Amino acid sequence: MSKKYTFPMGGIHPEKYKLTANCPIEDAGLPETVCIPVKQHIGSSAKILVNKGDKVKVGTLIADADGIVSSDVHSSVSGEVLKVEDVAGSTGYEEKMITIKVEGDEWEESIDRSDKVVKEINFTPEEIVEKIRTAGIVGMGGAGYPTPIKTSIPEGKKVDILIVNGIECEPFLTADDRLMIEKAEQIIIGARIINKALGIQNAVIAIDENKPHAIATLDALCRLYVGVNVKVCKTKYPQGGEKQLIRAITGKELPTGKLPLDVGCIVQNVGTVHAVYEAVMKNKPLFERIITVSGDGIQYPSNYRVRVGTPISYLIDKAGGMDESVSKIILGGPMMGNAIVNQSAPTTKLTSGVLLFKEDNISKTEASACIRCGKCALVCPAGLRPFAIKQAITYNGPTDELRKLHAGDCIECGCCAYGCPANIPLLDYCKIAKQEIRKK
Amino acid sequence: MDNLILLNTVILGSIAFVSALILYLVSKKFKVETDETTVKIVDVLPQANCGGCGRAGCADFATACAKADADLFANLYCPVGGQKVMQQIAAIKGFEVAEKSPTTAVLLCQGTCQNAPSKVVYEAVSSCRIANRISSGQSGCPDGCLRLGDCIKACKFGALSVNEETGLPQIDSSKCVSCGACAKVCPRGLFEIRPLSQNGSIVYVACRNKQKGATARKNCKAACIGCMKCSKINDLIKVENNISYIPADIDASRFGEELAKNCPTGAIVYKENVVE
Repeated sequence: MSKKYTFPMGGIHPEKYKLTANCPIEDAGLPETVCIPVKQHIGSSAKILVNKGDKVKVGTLIADADGIVSSDVHSSVSGEVLKVEDVAGSTGYEEKMITIKVEGDEWEESIDRSDKVVKEINFTPEEIVEKIRTAGIVGMGGAGYPTPIKTSIPEGKKVDILIVNGIECEPFLTADDRLMIEKAEQIIIGARIINKALGIQNAVIAIDENKPHAIATLDALCRLYVGVNVKVCKTKYPQGGEKQLIRAITGKELPTGKLPLDVGCIVQNVGTVHAVYEAVMKNKPLFERIITVSGDGIQYPSNYRVRVGTPISYLIDKAGGMDESVSKIILGGPMMGNAIVNQSAPTTKLTSGVLLFKEDNISKTEASACIRCGKCALVCPAGLRPFAIKQAITYNGPTDELRKLHAGDCIECGCCAYGCPANIPLLDYCKIAKQEIRKK
Repeated sequence: MDNLILLNTVILGSIAFVSALILYLVSKKFKVETDETTVKIVDVLPQANCGGCGRAGCADFATACAKADADLFANLYCPVGGQKVMQQIAAIKGFEVAEKSPTTAVLLCQGTCQNAPSKVVYEAVSSCRIANRISSGQSGCPDGCLRLGDCIKACKFGALSVNEETGLPQIDSSKCVSCGACAKVCPRGLFEIRPLSQNGSIVYVACRNKQKGATARKNCKAACIGCMKCSKINDLIKVENNISYIPADIDASRFGEELAKNCPTGAIVYKENVVE
């Protein structure tokens, strides 16, 4: 426990603002209607199985995975399907969504709703992967990569270690922190379930040092289980990035274009691991998650257990409503999240936070000219040169140039924009660069 | 002293002579054969090097013209020089040139600050390309003009400028050479190069919003709601994805006024005497 792990290159230390670290998870309750997007993951959209007027229960399969890189979508409420059509999402662009009118709270019979912690894992690896698949679990850290792919190892590959990512390095967010405190045992069992599916014995729960409560709880419990250990990482942003975490825990560098599998690691978010526990032991599909509602523009910052598809405006009302001077609402963390343009947009399996900021706390300084100080390159955890990427994008440089700058390796952490003394929104340019590279 | 001046003159003079001789011989030996027609055509061309013709530049276009036979030549067109330049080139080549109606770029959006007021404030990089990726834009219309002016920067002929009142780019058709640079740079494809009718009038649907009528109207007062009224006036007009499109071969001088008058939202724009 004495050694504290971290990655060597770049990184920043933003203020933490963990306002909700001591707020227990509350149930957000049921809104009047929910809009469930059929694409809440990487890959192809799920095939819609319901029509207008159909009755659904909590946990009913409403959209089926289309192909391997896709995921099932389940209803998060019971009621009647109002419409299946395009609705504006958080960016203002329209997405296919299933709108359900909430009537009562009737769950599918197969779901075990008791609080009892089931410890015995009586399933074969194949059964576990199948259960994860039918529960529609995706990586809940934000990427939305379908979990069944990550729990079944392809021929010829070898995995040594499962890293459970309990590092919530984004300021304000405390959803994972609270989950680790309140559902510690479930997370450990979840990690053991994934280990069984992978056929390995070694799991590490990585937590950063600013969560002493979670470290103490999990460390005490880990002593009762073989093969699961807690490792404490230094508080540094972006410690929770997949590549950075692998480097910190195992010392291995993840090469460009390679998956963690290639260096013998599997990284799963604690939220995902908890969802795996619930799917395998309780037959509960992924239809709710923990969301932090925080920021200086909200009256009662809280951690909520929220059904997928709940409108953001409902969560804001639940947390005491919005102050009039709020000028920005961010979905996700303040470093990587995006400002939303549409408050009625739904939350998804990947929403980790809803942050409201007042006018005076948003930096609105105009970007000035780049002075070539190199701060962005210094803090970049991927070792890129964001100023050069910006230049290539501004002058419409050829895609080859972007590739030479390895813009594709950007993890979109936002360290460059945070560090820039000229207030240049470097992250926007890097995101465009990644898009350009993917296009060609 | 006299000797020194003489010596210098002789030495420098002989160096100059030898160098000149080498240059002369080299220029003879490595002479690049240029087609005389190409040179003549290059002289006629406007030298904008805009790429509007689809070639790498004016020299490339001239080579293509010089090589082309009568059939191929009919497909070549310099949008900057227009009819006048093409006639000159045809004269050099000894071809007849077919009459081509003048064209202009049009903006397929009327999401002005009045029709589609801003609902949110955009604060990131002032570039349509980046804004398009981040969100549907200030007005909320996912297919409308972002009003950040990438097209204005792209126009080499000064034909585009921001209209302070509406917030939209406005096109000065007398300066527009239909090179298509604006159409290429607009991330939402809101520019179209359209031919003018014989009396210089033009008619088009100035909306690309594919949302359903009610949603589209909520975002913008001048949105096409796909009501099909225009397709009843002329059955060549098709309405697809809740959006109407007037094909370029519909005569604006005959149908334009009627179409614009019958459009309930004013999404159809009819303009007379576009080019003075």
